[in-house]
Parts: sequence; structure tokens; C-alpha cells
Amino acid sequence: MSSRFSICGGRVIDPASDFDAITDVHIAGGRVVALGDAPADFQAEWQLDATDLIVCPGLVDLCVRLREPGAEHKGTIRSETRAAACNGITTLCCPPDNVPVTDTPAVAELLQERAWLSGMAKVLPLAALTIGLRGEQLAEMGDLREAGCVGVSNALEPIENTDVLRHALEYAANCELPVFLSPQDAWLGHSGCVHEGAISTRMGLSGIPEAAETIEVSRDLLLMELTGAQVHFSHLSTARAVELLAQAQAKGLPATADVCAHQLFLTDMDLMDYNSQCHVYPPLRSTRDQDALRAAIQAGTVSVICSDHQPHEKDAKLAPFAQTAAGISGLDTLLPLTLRLASELSLPLPQVLRTVTSNPAQVLGIEAGHLSVGSVADICVFDPNAEWQLSIDNMHSLGINSPFLGWHLKGRVRYTVIDGRLVYQRLDNLAEVA
Amino acid sequence: MNIQLDSQGRLKHFLGIEGLKRELLIEILDIAASLIQVSEKAVKKVPLLRGKTVVNLFFEPSTRTRTTFELAAKRLSADVLNFNISSSSTSKGETLLDMLNNLEAMHCDMFVVRHDEAGAPFFMAQHVPEHISIVNAGDGRHEHPTQAMLDMFTIRQHKGEFHNLKVAIVGDILHSRVARSQIFALTTLGAAEVRIIAPRTLMPKGIEDMGVKVFDRLKAGLQDVDVVIMLRIQRERMRSALLPSEQEYFQYYGLTEDMLAQAHPDAIVMHPGPINRGVEIESSVADGSRSVILQQVSNGIAVRMAVMAMVLGRIDKPLETAKDSLV
Repeated sequence: MSSRFSICGGRVIDPASDFDAITDVHIAGGRVVALGDAPADFQAEWQLDATDLIVCPGLVDLCVRLREPGAEHKGTIRSETRAAACNGITTLCCPPDNVPVTDTPAVAELLQERAWLSGMAKVLPLAALTIGLRGEQLAEMGDLREAGCVGVSNALEPIENTDVLRHALEYAANCELPVFLSPQDAWLGHSGCVHEGAISTRMGLSGIPEAAETIEVSRDLLLMELTGAQVHFSHLSTARAVELLAQAQAKGLPATADVCAHQLFLTDMDLMDYNSQCHVYPPLRSTRDQDALRAAIQAGTVSVICSDHQPHEKDAKLAPFAQTAAGISGLDTLLPLTLRLASELSLPLPQVLRTVTSNPAQVLGIEAGHLSVGSVADICVFDPNAEWQLSIDNMHSLGINSPFLGWHLKGRVRYTVIDGRLVYQRLDNLAEVA
Repeated sequence: MNIQLDSQGRLKHFLGIEGLKRELLIEILDIAASLIQVSEKAVKKVPLLRGKTVVNLFFEPSTRTRTTFELAAKRLSADVLNFNISSSSTSKGETLLDMLNNLEAMHCDMFVVRHDEAGAPFFMAQHVPEHISIVNAGDGRHEHPTQAMLDMFTIRQHKGEFHNLKVAIVGDILHSRVARSQIFALTTLGAAEVRIIAPRTLMPKGIEDMGVKVFDRLKAGLQDVDVVIMLRIQRERMRSALLPSEQEYFQYYGLTEDMLAQAHPDAIVMHPGPINRGVEIESSVADGSRSVILQQVSNGIAVRMAVMAMVLGRIDKPLETAKDSLV
């Protein structure tokens, strides 16, 4: 599509600048050139009617497994960046645990290049913190940064050796890279697959205690103080971890965190019939934990909601619970679940949209998640009142592993613009990618 | 909605005690009682499952449970196939499903399943066609419902009603599917008190939610109980930092004559077997007059016959007279 157009009559929300008004957005040369009246020299070649729709920055998702390279039967860069775009996600971060691991510039470049060729959501790789994620030797973070990596992470592999972790944090700070940590103790609950508690006991499944997360959060926070690293905690799942984070933030430590959208809507109660779609890591916790995570989003302690997208082939979930692969295909539900949270907690829309736009962009230190004059034209236009039911037929990801199948959701993407190109539009009830 | 029951509330699969009503458990016990006679006759057969094929699908080694299931099926006149599958060769679910599909193609009617993963029989019940029944013969640490029912049968034989009974379950509660099924059964049948006695390393979190009283001292826990159920301690537990040694375990949690004196004078001693003499139970107690361990084994056959006949819809009330059971 042409590069000079206007999105007219929508409610434009830019959480970063607290802008919220019904107005027009004018786009040229891949950027937003004006809000409201078009500049004198601006001639729109075409327009999108956004009446009754919300126009906001394209979503930024901090944790998306593309599955390529290494597990293309679960998803490909093309399929998943397309699925992201269809769901209003214009920028995504992929953790380094593909095969091979993102511990060399070659892999980082491959990810970005294939994403660029697909022309859908932009991919920002996280580099491995240690080579092969083995927790022994530092990855070449400087080179990886040069190759486009926006942060470093050991994905779901705990770094057992505290000395290695300390140096990894120091070196990452030296490279000015944020460190994404998934706090899980290397030993506590390492054979578990569900939250340890009355329900794991009743079901006879081995549990992962809350302390597996809190011990690691404590260790990481203390190392942050020692090293001055910028740490972002990925997918916190417990009330106590959030409490520790709040204490650290109160002391002025620049720690940030995200929570997976599914953790805000499911608890270990949902496992009762061994539903393998609810097999996730970290595990679904108790109702008390869920309440605390929601409160932390409301208070801003946890500033980001991510999809923790993990597409799987059908067979991966067809086995006795503990033998199934962990993870949810989450791209298709990130926005509707975020909107549902706003409605359940009566949060203003700009506040909740911040958690999927400007806040994650800020964690990464990237120019995204904004919708103001001069910003890159990555835009999501959605109908906040569209009601629909999630089914395997309307999921865009190659992975249809979702515990939300059959749920009635509200809020659906109508248009997605990336770099000033209309990449997705939904006409009537037919999804079409331009 | 309970996947174990059909639309009329009758047993279709037997996956676990959890969620089953008291009346149904009593029905199983009553039917089992009427089937005891079959094993006492010269010709130990009834034609209840004639023409049916039962497959014992054991993904975990077992001798006693598999044998009693096999005997039970044969006494019901069913054809029996035994498959012992090492779990390592089927660690992927698709092979489990593939295997099910293959066996279905041979027109089998019932799978008796033991699996090392909790929920495996539940998973299979979700994926078999309508006419096939699944009986759980032990899944991971989850449930072992026929064991619990034969224990209930044995308790009822000796104690009559459940509502006055105090029952203590002693040992490795954490890893025990038997304990979980027993707890569900005892609480459903209305036992006055169910106590769980174990060192804290072998006590699962949140077990009190299942309606039990938790004790970490054997002596206090055994006070005035009517039934003592000892659980087997596996040797691996000593190697995984859960217990220091067998000797120390026996010293604090082993059932000795002295310890048993804490219980009610008429208390019976049970054990799902196989027993570790000198680890969880003293030989003189295991072989003593209050031990009903061997009766448990014989009752196991009748209880398993009852369950197998019930899930295939071949019996819904106790056999009335001996002539019903003519071949």
C-alpha cells in the first residue's frame, strides 16, 4: 500500500504522552507526520475510516518464541511474525533459546533478516547471556549487540553459578544491555510441572514451590545492587516475588518486570482435569498469586504484560500432563486479554495499553510504542466492542495450543500498520492480510 | 461432569476415587462381597465378562497388582492380554495414543492401565472410543483406586461401619498414590478421622485440604486409632536427601509392637505390600494377629472383579445366589 494516508475519526490513544482524543492520524514516509489537521502540503492518497475504533501504538511483545530456527514444525518466522501483525503486535522480542541458540551474530542476523523479508512484525532478538545457555562462559555480548540484539537473557535456563551470573550482569551493564532473567532456582522444583500446593498434591503431580521463584528473585536483586546491571524479570508468577520487586523499586533499584497474560486469568484450579493446555512454565499459581499480579499491574510495579508466546504442534499437548510440552500460543490473545483486564479491574484504557506499548519499549530502550508526531508509524487499530470467540479457525499462529479456545473475547484488531505500511486489515468477518 | 460416569451415573471408567459418591463406593463393596464366593468354589468362574477382552497395559513393573487383575478378569471369564511396556520406549504421548489405537483395532473392551505419570489413565479415557473402559491400576503419585477399594473392603470386613473409625496412614505420603486414593475413599465413606503420619520431607504441601489431620510424630498419631495403614518406603528416598537412612526411619516411623500399643486394642494393621521388614514395619507386627495384610491380597481379586464387571455394565447389584454364577 501507498505510504501517504490518514486514519480518520478514531479515538487515538498514545499512552506515553497521555494523549487521548478522537482525531485523525496522518502518515507519510513511514512516520506519523501529524495528528488532527493534516499539514498544508499533505495529500492523503487514501484513508482508513476508524470511526468507533481505537488507534494506538503497535503493540510491543517482550517474549515471543518464533520456533525458527530449530523447530519449524511448531512455527516459523514468517508464520509467527504474520500472526503477531494480525494481532496488532508490531515489534516483538524473541528469547535466545532457539536451536541453535542466539549466541552468535549469525543467528541474530538470520532472525532479523528473515523477519524483514516477511515484512510483518519487527523482530528484536535477545542474545544469550552465556554460550549455549549453559551458564558457564559469557556470550559475546558486544558483538551480539552490534548484530542487533536489544538485550541478553539466559531464557529458561537458570544460571546456577552465582559467580558467573555476577560477571554476566557486570559485563551486560558494560555493554549497556538490559538483562532479562526468568527467575527460577536451578534445583528447587526442577522436576516439577505445576505449582506446589493443595492442587498438585491432590493431582499427584510434582510441584514447583513458590520459593523456586522468590529465592532467585532475591539473589538477582542482590546481584543488581552489586553490579549496577539493568535487570528485567520475565514472567513473574508469585505474590511474594512481586512484593520483593516492590521493595527493591522502593529502594531505587531500576528493576522492571513483566507478567504473562495467561497468568492474569488462569490459576492452578484450571489444571484440575489435567488440561495440558494449562501446562506452562512458570506454572499457573494460586488465586492469591493471581490477585497480587493483577494488583502489581494496577500499581505499576509490574509494568509489562507479554504473551509468552510458545506455539506447539498438536501432538506436543497430547500426552499425560507432565510429558506434554509447556507453553501457550499467546499472540492471538494478548490484546483481548489485556482489554479484559482493563474491564475487570475498571482500569482506564490508556493505563492498560501502556503495559503492551510504551512500557515494554522503554524496558528495551527502543523507539517504538509511541504514537505522536515524528514517531515511527507502527499502529494498531482495533474495535474495542467487537465480541468474538477464540477458535482454532480464527487463530493466526501456527500453534493452536491455547487454554482460551472457546472463550468469548472482546476487542479485535481491524488494521495494523508497520513502518507506514498497512500490513493487515479485517473486513467484515474475513481476515485479510494486505 | 465426571468422565468416569455415564449419563445415568453408572461407572464407565474407574480412574480415581475422587469425585465418586458414597453410594457408588458402597455398591462396589457390596458387589465385591457377593463375588468373594466365586473364588471359594471348585470352579472359580462366573460368565460376567465372557467374550470380552481385557488388556493389562503396564508401563511400570508390577507383579502383584497385574496378577490380581489378571486373575480377576479370568474369573469373570474374560480373555486377557498382558503388555508390559517400559516407559522409556513410550515417553512420547503420540506413541501412547498410537498404541491405544492399535489395541482398539484388535477389538479390546477394557484397558487396565498402570503408568508412571499422574493423569495418564484420565488422558487415555479422553481418547478411547465410547465402548472401551479404562481402569486405573495406579498412575504416578495420583491414585490407585482399586487398591483403596480393597482396603476399604478389608476395613469393613473387620470394623463394619466407617463413621466411628479413626484411621492412620503412615509413611511416604508424598509419593503415594495409595494414600491419596485411601484418603478420598475414607473421607467419602465418612470415617470419623483420617490421620496422616510422616516426616515432613515425605508430607506433601496442602494435604490438609483433603480433610486429613497431619502428624509428624508416630506415637501421637497412632493414639486410639482403629486402623493403621503402613506405606512402603522406597529405597530411592534415602538417596535423594529425603531421609537419612532406613535405620533412622525405622527408629522414628517403623511400626513396632510398642508403637502399636498406642492404637486401640482392637486396631488392625494393613499394608498395600510389598512390605519392607525392619524398615517400615517390624516382622512380629506384619505377621502378628492384628495384621490383615494377606486378607487384603485375597480381597483384591473380588474388588477388582466387581470394578471390571461394573465398568462394562455387566453387573449393577450384588450377585444374589450361587446359581447366578453358573458358567
